[in-house]
Amino acid sequence: MTLNRRSFLGTGLALGAALSAPRAIGQAKPRVVIVGGGAGGATAARYIAKDSQGAIDVILIEPTRTYYTCFFSNLYIGGFRELNSIAHNYGGLASEYGVNVVHDWVIGVDRDAKTVSTAAGHSLAYDRLIVAPGIDFVDGAVPGWSTAAQNKMPHSWKAGSQTQLLKAQIEAMPEGGTFCMVAPPNPYRCPPGPYERISMVAHVLKERNPTAKILVADPKPKFSKMALFQEGWERHYTGMVEWLGPDFGGGNVSVDPDAMTVDIDGSVEKVDVCNVIPAQKAGHIAQVAGLTDASGFCPIVPATMQSRMDENIHVLGDATIAGDMPKSGFSANSQAKVAAMAVRAALTGSRAFPAKFSNTCWSLIDTDDGVKVGASYQATEEKIAKVDGFISQTGEDAALRKATYEESLGWYAGITADMFG
Amino acid sequence: MRESFILALVLTLGGVGQGVAEETAQAIGDPEAGADVWILCSGCHQIGPDAEIGIGPPLSGIFGRRMASVEGFPYSRSMMRMGRDGLIWSLETLDAYIENPRVLVSGTRMGFEGLEDPTERADLLAFLREFSDKPSNIPEAAPTALAALPTLSDETLAIVGDAAYGEYLASECTTCHQRDGSDRGIPSITLWPEENFVLAMHAYKQKLRPHPVMQMMASRLSDEEIAALAAYFATLGR
Repeated sequence: MTLNRRSFLGTGLALGAALSAPRAIGQAKPRVVIVGGGAGGATAARYIAKDSQGAIDVILIEPTRTYYTCFFSNLYIGGFRELNSIAHNYGGLASEYGVNVVHDWVIGVDRDAKTVSTAAGHSLAYDRLIVAPGIDFVDGAVPGWSTAAQNKMPHSWKAGSQTQLLKAQIEAMPEGGTFCMVAPPNPYRCPPGPYERISMVAHVLKERNPTAKILVADPKPKFSKMALFQEGWERHYTGMVEWLGPDFGGGNVSVDPDAMTVDIDGSVEKVDVCNVIPAQKAGHIAQVAGLTDASGFCPIVPATMQSRMDENIHVLGDATIAGDMPKSGFSANSQAKVAAMAVRAALTGSRAFPAKFSNTCWSLIDTDDGVKVGASYQATEEKIAKVDGFISQTGEDAALRKATYEESLGWYAGITADMFG
Repeated sequence: MRESFILALVLTLGGVGQGVAEETAQAIGDPEAGADVWILCSGCHQIGPDAEIGIGPPLSGIFGRRMASVEGFPYSRSMMRMGRDGLIWSLETLDAYIENPRVLVSGTRMGFEGLEDPTERADLLAFLREFSDKPSNIPEAAPTALAALPTLSDETLAIVGDAAYGEYLASECTTCHQRDGSDRGIPSITLWPEENFVLAMHAYKQKLRPHPVMQMMASRLSDEEIAALAAYFATLGR
């Protein structure tokens, strides 16, 4: 046997991997199955396929053939993007990177046998499983609201048809009508998202329906970029937005989708559009697979994104309890690269470097008025900890805000290329 | 901290580390131990969801709060001035204030001598941090840990040091660190590889390494000056 550099570098870990993670019987190559093709799952699929150069068999299971990014879906509502500009498909992952893209639902995970089962009746074996299902809504979180009522009161917190519906409803509002948002409690996908949405709705109404009102019922006393949004609402949409925090009953809300009324702390309001964003939990399959804890989300090992429940499973993105990281597409993309590295190291003995995580959330308040918040994170044994960060300041000049918005356009192009190739 | 830093250095320098490397951020302190230290504060300050103004202002949400900004509390004029100047309570400002209140705010009304022990202060800060905003919900909320490595841009690392300038600057270092590399209570820095030197000095400058004298020395050095010192010590005596 001749020693080459690769086998020398790889030996130690490959042995370890062979002992701790025996390959599924009868498979030529180690196989990774990825559940969910969003910012976490698609990124992980691309990075594992790209960097293993064919040494790992990558299967991505995602129900939709066209994926609409949640990030920038508010900009579509505001008229700043076309719907097709936030639509992506998986053709590049299949053709350029050799990812086996299966359009199906995973309905079960057998952790002992290391197989997943799908709605179409297939069973797929894995050496490592990556679970990136995003969020689902907590039943009964907003009394009166259910999935059956989501056309009358859309959530639009998973992008696509719901986003189109909400935009159409806003544009059809009667003159001087009322748009109401029932904002979610922590933790939820995209902390500044509800308030960027309010900004985008206000932008549309200011143009089309300037006497309309926006009412926000919020269970939280404080939210991300609060001072920036409030300054922007006052400057661009003076008098249009009424935000009711918990001190004004914003946390005591029920809805009647048939009557189109919202009860805020006993005071019943008739509204024309009602955007209900319910409390959230990890995507259902994470619970089915036994990866969630009492919080409804999935505890993970920070350095590798492995599930605390099963070392052969990694969980990514909004479904996780990611310490200090917010639930965002940027976070999921960042976590996916850490997990991809850990998976390749475990299955092929490739090198792994210390986990580094980062996040930035841009929000658009009005035309060319962009703001951002971001941070870097490092793994401790207990959690992913925030170690540094930055945020846009109130009172920034127009040129800086425009530059911030333009930066977000660059980021969108970058992250979607990073996900889908 | 020291161990993880050294390991990180090895990795940065391209050591043949295999597997998932252990590089962890450093915890602020031990919040449980901090709960014991809190007894020194709890006579005057309240903390928790229902905390109100007592003899002192409530400390829930203190991280990221502008100084002197709890409505209805009669702050000293000194503290009000700090608030007007826009000073924010952070790990750094709180640590300085708790260590010796009058050093940070000369006319403060807080009747507290100060807490000399850095570990007790760190534990107390870790305890206090648990009652402020979580970055997972509010991404701009204050950090909850200290970074393990200085974050240096490629540009900073690429600076070519001017060894002659380094020799001049080094006179301050060699008061303690012996030129001949002898190691008597003060570690040798002679013939240190340049990149190690640069990383270590930036770690002091960013207060990631704990030694107060070195933090002070490094805080006054520009990126170019650090590179110059590194260039000088790397070749000393050759």
